[in-house]
Amino acid sequence: MYNHILQSIEGITVYPIISLTIFFIFFVLLLYMVFSYDRKWLDSMAAKPLDDGSKEEHLNNRNPGEINNG
Amino acid sequence: MALETFKYDNKIVRNFAFATVFWGIIGFLVGLIIATKLFAPNFLGFIPELTFGRLRPLHTNTVIFAFAGNAIFLGVYYSLPRLLKTEMYSKFLSNFNFWGWQMVIISAAISLPLGMTTSKEYAELEWPIDILLAIVWIIFGINMIMTIMKRREKHLYVAIWFYIATFITVAVLHVVNSIELPVAFMKSYPVYAGVQDALVQWWYGHNAVAFFLTTPFLGIMYYFIPKASNRPIYSYRLSIVHFWALIFIYIWAGPHHLLYTALPWWAQSLGTVFSIMLIAPSWGGMLNGLLTLRGAWDRVRESPVLKFLVVGVTAYGMATFEGPMMSLKNVNAITHYTDYVIAHVHTAALLWNGGLSFAMLYFIIPRIYNTKLFSRKLANFHFWFATLGALFYVIPMYFSGITQSLMWKEFTPQGFLRYPNFLETVRQIIPMYEIRAFGGLLFITGAILMLINLFKTVKQGSLVAEEEASAVPFKRNSEKRKEGEAYHRWLESKPVLFSIFTFIAIMIGGVVEYVPTALIKSNIPTIASVKPYTPLELEGRDIYIREGCNNCHSQMIRPFRSETERYGEYAKAGEFVYDHPFLWGSKRTGPDLEREGGKYPNSWHFLHMKDPTSTSPGSIMPHFTWLYTQVLDTTHTIVKVDAMRELGVPYPNGYEHQALVDLQRQANAITNDLTKNGFQIKSNKEIIALIAYLQRLGTDIKAKPTTPVRDSILSEYSTKE
Repeated sequence: MYNHILQSIEGITVYPIISLTIFFIFFVLLLYMVFSYDRKWLDSMAAKPLDDGSKEEHLNNRNPGEINNG
Repeated sequence: MALETFKYDNKIVRNFAFATVFWGIIGFLVGLIIATKLFAPNFLGFIPELTFGRLRPLHTNTVIFAFAGNAIFLGVYYSLPRLLKTEMYSKFLSNFNFWGWQMVIISAAISLPLGMTTSKEYAELEWPIDILLAIVWIIFGINMIMTIMKRREKHLYVAIWFYIATFITVAVLHVVNSIELPVAFMKSYPVYAGVQDALVQWWYGHNAVAFFLTTPFLGIMYYFIPKASNRPIYSYRLSIVHFWALIFIYIWAGPHHLLYTALPWWAQSLGTVFSIMLIAPSWGGMLNGLLTLRGAWDRVRESPVLKFLVVGVTAYGMATFEGPMMSLKNVNAITHYTDYVIAHVHTAALLWNGGLSFAMLYFIIPRIYNTKLFSRKLANFHFWFATLGALFYVIPMYFSGITQSLMWKEFTPQGFLRYPNFLETVRQIIPMYEIRAFGGLLFITGAILMLINLFKTVKQGSLVAEEEASAVPFKRNSEKRKEGEAYHRWLESKPVLFSIFTFIAIMIGGVVEYVPTALIKSNIPTIASVKPYTPLELEGRDIYIREGCNNCHSQMIRPFRSETERYGEYAKAGEFVYDHPFLWGSKRTGPDLEREGGKYPNSWHFLHMKDPTSTSPGSIMPHFTWLYTQVLDTTHTIVKVDAMRELGVPYPNGYEHQALVDLQRQANAITNDLTKNGFQIKSNKEIIALIAYLQRLGTDIKAKPTTPVRDSILSEYSTKE
């Protein structure tokens, strides 16, 4: 029955094809993009949370030995 | 460029932290109350405002919007300025966000127990509160985006992308799902009906979990795990893939909440496929979080913050594996409508959302109060209470879910249902409900230990309301992408463009899912015998909604033999075309009611609603005694009929003048029938309307004749059309 409803909508077959195409292109571009980065920049971004510019050293605990984790 | 000095606003961080703790404990407590009601239905008496059906939405709304919501703002207001090296854009907007959000919560806490609800899960709030919520959310977004615009850090860190996606998507979801026609102050009908309403609601429900309980917490994970372990994130490359894949795929998976329902088959399959694909980004994210801790595991043993983070992220991994499994049709056939779903949800809610929120609180409070945590030992106790509490909660619920489902489906060799009485399957799982409540009690005890610990911490320190910081601003010269500059790197320095791309990513899934359903509206096979509700039934339906009956009773018979044997003919899409809102439900604490009409005489319902155990010994349903004394409010009946017609329900023109007369005629007929059977009641009481509605359920396509009075009302629809 549901197939019938669906078929009665004009041009519905194009839907799954469009979806698949969008999907495929999306991921190929994404993967291409992330593998084209230089290591240095990625590393600098990965460490972003560690420096928040706070002047209160003890609040910021940049020194691993002094983590204030309760 | 020269070093610039600025100040982080810790006051707003503190406010959100306090609100998180306060509402968390309230939300858990309401949860414990309703958990207790399931094995001790007399608990707290039968006060209308404290019945299960009204408190259950209060519980979900409090833990989602009040506890997790305030925790999200806590995380954002702490990490966003620090990641961008700037103060928040506007203190006024920050405060507006805080107080506005508390207003939303307080309005919810008042209106939900009063029975003012739209009945749509996690979107129960009525239209005036919806509007307030939208305004506050947009203010939050403006404040966030303007802060991003005046940043001193060129590139946006991954946590911020998740915050942006949260803001954009929640705004879209909330607006689309809340399009409703007000009929009175605090009463409205959604513009969507039946199948369409269900699809929109679960597109919302699913993505509210995704973009309110997942993405902001992933942002929090990406900030606080590196921060608390003092390690850079494991792979930034992975985080880029994680982000885009997650927001792109998540939005397609909504229909997995509606498997085997009257939703078109293709939409169900699409939902399943995308749900399975979701495992990849979810687990990528989890591993990225956990691997950040490599080489730092010794610290996890010491620090309650890291413990909560690790258990939280692990629970996220479990829940995001289990979710896709539950969207497989054969698994879903067993888990849906049962306590299994409750277990699944609480694995994530208690440990992922709860754990990350607790970790943030233990991390932030000592810092903004410039002190150490009062007691690490107490925090460790909290950790064990929370973890064991969650285990004592979810394990019995998994067990009870599977037990009950198998009992529903069991046949005797002769081909009859082994447990034809639904109550047998309820009695079987009562012990599980008791253990679950014990788990909840442990969890709350842990939260109270946290409250004490944080209170003492606050007492021993003093708030650093303005935390001084300094940074060198970046040069804002080149707008165009430099030759050879990696694309995403460039994109991360373009917040507006980034937001637009995010919007496009979430809209693709939304549109692909929605458009065919919108087209289908005119293609749903109309069933000639399906008629609009009579005015009395319409009022009865609103009482059903007010009392939150849909929290425990579904109205959706799936096409399984075990269900058609028990409940009758399976549901057809065309039966729900006049249902604004749909009331399919998502949980069967009690039996399905789709074909309840005509199953029992009026007198059965009369007795049953007053004291369910009188007709169904051992029932855990509340007593709805006030329905027998309260007079049915018909002041809005005409407006309601009008509104329904505006929404496309074919009441004949001018029918509103007839509505109250018909209402009275039908009420008299039911009252006379009750009197004949020895039950005295006035025809203007609420129970009469509710009986009218219950007797209507599913009768449209049942061959059985209904009452003559009702038939004459219905036939008038066709003659006047």
